Amino acid sequence: MHLAYPAVLAVLLFSTGLYGALARRNAILVLMSVELMLNAVNLNLVAFDVWLRDTLHAGQALTLFTIAIAAAEIGIGLAIVLLVYRNRGTSDIDRLRDLADPPSAGQHPMDDSMAPPTDNAADQARRARRQTA
Amino acid sequence: MSHAVHLAATGHAFLSPTGVEIAFLLVGVATLGAAVVTVTTKQLVHAALWLVVALGGLAVEYLLLTAEFIAWVQVLIYVGSVVVLLLFGLMLTRAPIGRSPDADSGNRPAALAVAVAAAGALVWVVVDAFRTTWIELDKGVQGSTAVSGESLFRHWVLPFEALSVLLLAALVGAIVLSRRHGHDSGRAAGHATRGNGAQSPGAQGPDAQSPGHGKEKR
Repeated sequence: MHLAYPAVLAVLLFSTGLYGALARRNAILVLMSVELMLNAVNLNLVAFDVWLRDTLHAGQALTLFTIAIAAAEIGIGLAIVLLVYRNRGTSDIDRLRDLADPPSAGQHPMDDSMAPPTDNAADQARRARRQTA
Repeated sequence: MSHAVHLAATGHAFLSPTGVEIAFLLVGVATLGAAVVTVTTKQLVHAALWLVVALGGLAVEYLLLTAEFIAWVQVLIYVGSVVVLLLFGLMLTRAPIGRSPDADSGNRPAALAVAVAAAGALVWVVVDAFRTTWIELDKGVQGSTAVSGESLFRHWVLPFEALSVLLLAALVGAIVLSRRHGHDSGRAAGHATRGNGAQSPGAQGPDAQSPGHGKEKR
């Protein structure tokens, strides 16, 4: 088999995951895209290990390590997402703007849905929606 | 350049693919299609289910590359547990069932441009570098369970043990993050108003299920 086939497939999967990580709004969908990127790396590792016929099998051992680290990452990531959802009532990463730069004085202020969630009227309304739901 | 063309012509041409290559190509197209649907669909639960197709297709690709142990680990860990965890997460954050129009954020054109640029550049480089490289798949299985286990426990024991410590740390961290008690005391010390909000009956639903979710992880 040509090495170009798995290499090109890995590149295309990585680009798909890159698009998903940049374009998705839900934090769990971003985690799915990260999984796609990790799998592309795994495919590359396996293909190069089989091509080089490595006696230490470094590629396959590293693939197993990557799978284990990805499992740990998805566990911690989902715990963090659930904690954020519990505290803020949303897992929408566009709304988590506590670390963003405040809009400058001359600029038109952001609309209400993009504003950082504070204890203002909108947040009270969102919390009331959660209680009724 | 002429040397490379000569090698490709005398060796293995792209225009006469072997059976393994055709199978790899077909499964690869299915995998890539499932991945594209995963990152573009508007229905959140469907994205997780298409991710199953993509990861299962990758397991078949590992089998075609004679790395069978990796293939079964992929099926067990990714298809078996990671997707289940993702579905749990979607349920616990009350993801809407059905089409949600705001699944994509506003910077979608920029993301598309970045992804297409990365794919173009990397495909160009990879194809140019490995056009004439040939994997010999006939000379024995590379990743059977015996071979993988022997190399893993002979040459890679120390990283393996370090990895088990990392998994333990991740387990403890996930339990600490999703524990109710410490969360409430820290919250009451900090922001009294939000602490009241977290104890309201509306917030009870996701909280009551999350300790079980933490145990589900391993």
